[in-house]
Amino acid sequence: MKAKINGQAIEYNGDGEMPLLWYLRDIEGMTGTKFGCGAGLCGACTVHVDGVAVRSCQTFMEDVDGTEIKTIEGLASGETLHALQEAWAENDVPQCGYCQAGQIMQAASLLSENPNPTDQEIDDAMYGNICRCGTYQRIKAAIRSVAGDA
Amino acid sequence: MTIQMKNLSRRKVLQGMGAVSGLVLAAPIISRSVIADAHSEDTGLSSSVYLMLDTDGTVNIQIHRVEMGQGSRTGLPQIIADELDADWSRINFMPAYGDKKFGDQNTDGSTSIRMFFTAFQQAGAAARAMLVQAAANEWGVAVSDVDAENHRLINKVTGASEDFAHFVDAASELPVPANDTLTFKAKNMRKYIGKPVRNIYMNDIITGSSQFGQDVMRDGMLFAVAARPPVAGGKINTFDKAAAMAVDGVVDVVELPTLSGGFSFKPLGGVAVVATNTWAALKGREALNATFEGGDNADYDTTAFEQALWQSIDGKDNAFLTRGNADAALESADKTYQADYFVPHQSHAPMEPPSATAEWQGDDLQMWVCCQDPQSVQNTVAAYVGKKPEEIYVEATLLGGAFGRKSKPDFAVEAALLAKHTGKPVKMVWMREDDMRHGYYHTIAAQRTHAAVKDGKVTAWKHKAAYPSIGGTFDPAATGPGGFEMGLGLTDIPFEIDNLQVNSGDAKAHVRIGWVRSVANIQQAFALGSFVDEIAQGEGKRTDDLWMELIGSDRIVDPTSEGVEYGNYGMSKETHPIDTARLKAVLKKVVDMSGYGKDMPKGKAIGISVHRSFVSYVASAIEVDVSDSGELKVPRAWMAVDCGLAVNPDRVKSQMEGAVLFGMTIALHGEITAENGAIVQGNYDTYPVCRIDEAPHVEVAIMDVDAPPGGVGEPGVPPVAPALANAIFAATGKRIRRLPIRDQLMA
Ligand code: FES
Ligand code: FES
Repeated sequence: MKAKINGQAIEYNGDGEMPLLWYLRDIEGMTGTKFGCGAGLCGACTVHVDGVAVRSCQTFMEDVDGTEIKTIEGLASGETLHALQEAWAENDVPQCGYCQAGQIMQAASLLSENPNPTDQEIDDAMYGNICRCGTYQRIKAAIRSVAGDA
Repeated sequence: MTIQMKNLSRRKVLQGMGAVSGLVLAAPIISRSVIADAHSEDTGLSSSVYLMLDTDGTVNIQIHRVEMGQGSRTGLPQIIADELDADWSRINFMPAYGDKKFGDQNTDGSTSIRMFFTAFQQAGAAARAMLVQAAANEWGVAVSDVDAENHRLINKVTGASEDFAHFVDAASELPVPANDTLTFKAKNMRKYIGKPVRNIYMNDIITGSSQFGQDVMRDGMLFAVAARPPVAGGKINTFDKAAAMAVDGVVDVVELPTLSGGFSFKPLGGVAVVATNTWAALKGREALNATFEGGDNADYDTTAFEQALWQSIDGKDNAFLTRGNADAALESADKTYQADYFVPHQSHAPMEPPSATAEWQGDDLQMWVCCQDPQSVQNTVAAYVGKKPEEIYVEATLLGGAFGRKSKPDFAVEAALLAKHTGKPVKMVWMREDDMRHGYYHTIAAQRTHAAVKDGKVTAWKHKAAYPSIGGTFDPAATGPGGFEMGLGLTDIPFEIDNLQVNSGDAKAHVRIGWVRSVANIQQAFALGSFVDEIAQGEGKRTDDLWMELIGSDRIVDPTSEGVEYGNYGMSKETHPIDTARLKAVLKKVVDMSGYGKDMPKGKAIGISVHRSFVSYVASAIEVDVSDSGELKVPRAWMAVDCGLAVNPDRVKSQMEGAVLFGMTIALHGEITAENGAIVQGNYDTYPVCRIDEAPHVEVAIMDVDAPPGGVGEPGVPPVAPALANAIFAATGKRIRRLPIRDQLMA
């Protein structure tokens, strides 16, 4: 199968059932996408497939044939950070930081679909992303600072 | 020269230090971990190196403590930078690697800032003094005519100035000044201490380049997962090696050493599958079809064990503190209160499951581990690989949360053994289920409290706790709470009443008991804060008024004066006393902030509690909104914290915000159970933690006090659960005495 990861073409002929998560981390060495639960429960592994947030631990390699994949490493445009990355820094969101790549990728997907979410829509979109350190209040503030008013 | 920060090999460190013709500073430190009694073989006193200046003026700060979100690796350099008058952008933050010369590296017990503040001040001030002396010599002026500012030295006579770099060589020839000759900056002159300096890892985190233990990559590295005995102390029985080897990508199947003797930090045994990627290793593990023998703990069942704990509460008393005669006061009271509280096992469940990478080059072992204590990794691994601890290079990566789990390096031993066996670098990857089922759990606790009221005053408090001790992890004979655990909220009860009795009941551990963020304070503050509220409600008083009555006059409480062996979280009672005025002040603050006591609509209420732990004082107010059908929301929370000097107020604030969520998870959801010796829960579906929809808006007040730094990472947790339970009572009339609350409010 063939796909693009952050604009780079890749070809893969191995086990089609390998989750994208392990392909990214172990084969490509792209460790920005994190492993948290391996069961679709935590959102740490969130990436974009054709612009939509998915859990890479629940996405088989055979299902991403012909797609464009974007990971946290490819979210900024060159040296220019995505507005959410800036907002994350401005609001000092991260504690340990482990969940934050997934949080940012999830939030980026939300805002590209819905640039003016309500607070409830933010909660709904971010519900699947756990932060065990408890940075939710700042995550909401950071998203709010980038999003237009609902 | 610049030393690379990430993934530094030992060679680079040594080269770096040797090759730098610069200024190397020694600063003495004294340290002792809170739970050192229970788990540490580390020595307490040492001399160490935290600061090196390169000839180009780069300031290399050797931060010996690890980062797991608590902010220490930003806060510690702030201290040096301030005393040195350094430019923050010219600091090179060096990774933590294990070496005794750094003193205690166990990043646990909320110790990093409070135990190393002075040593880091001294390191910065000594370097500054040497640079100033070198400049004074060169310029032929008095030391008092030289000032330092933002990485430059200024000649106050001529107004000329030069970069630090210019003086490094000359300064390095000078003797390191004695600590008692050093002067520190006045509070109002500080530039970094007390300021919300941004997390040094911010850019790495938001761009995905930060390196956690799970992220370590080495050339030719293999990936391992293991099937471990579901019962702690059990062993592997059968497994199908051939089936696992047949899986594409599987390279080896290796039996791990069976655990014998006490648990300590030893790996649990079982069998590991080593493969070219994690996915192949997982499929191989599946194919093993491993079976296990249970061993001594195969009967452990938490439901039955709870009954045993209540029998222990009814049974023999071990007295820890006796003041007056509580039983007699209870006999002669106008009114008495009694309550039973229960808190089950908890899991740390850090976002990043444990992981360790080991690489042998000949006889040389290097490791990269998401560990809280690299020295403990050295010590534990050494015994398994036939090396001396100091011969093993252990670098702490960033930790994706830890909460106490990653100060137990069982997983690091597995990596070291597998790397040795395969002759390749090996990353041991723990799955979420491995973390949940092979943890070092927070204990399981029953408590009974009694109080006597006479003439409207509480005249006696009697408190008994029964739970397996952390000590049981190190000494299988341990039965029930140790003095260090009772000292986390009970033997240090700051109540000015005539009759006080603190007892424990026996209880034996059947899983590995560990310390989880705030340790025994979790259950002890829950019982304390709930029972104060129960008495207040019964007496028709405001809960804050009763707290003030119980705490009594402004004074220093010293449990040792009543014969208690009290550790005070490793700090001296002179610098970090139990000060009732500070305890009352945070309570008053949180009442003011939250408006506790005001009239609220039906189903809504605010609850409060207050607790001193890790030599800091925290009061919580929690607002709840409970619907008629029993659905609970927590819209807002308030935290007032007195942690002495707050080196980085924004990190203090974020720790308090996080503590609210951690405490809410314990209160609402957290419960680990065992059946037939095995842990039932496996992932975040069966062990839920708070998600964004449950997150309240948290307001934090940091008290402005003139006191040395206290702990920050843990002390926010204890008052949260009782404040929440008290709010629920005020809103609904339902008293929560058993955690987790889960669906107890549903009609
Ligand atoms: S690792 Fe994929 S959702 Fe948790
Ligand atoms: S910042 Fe640690 S898990 Fe979210």
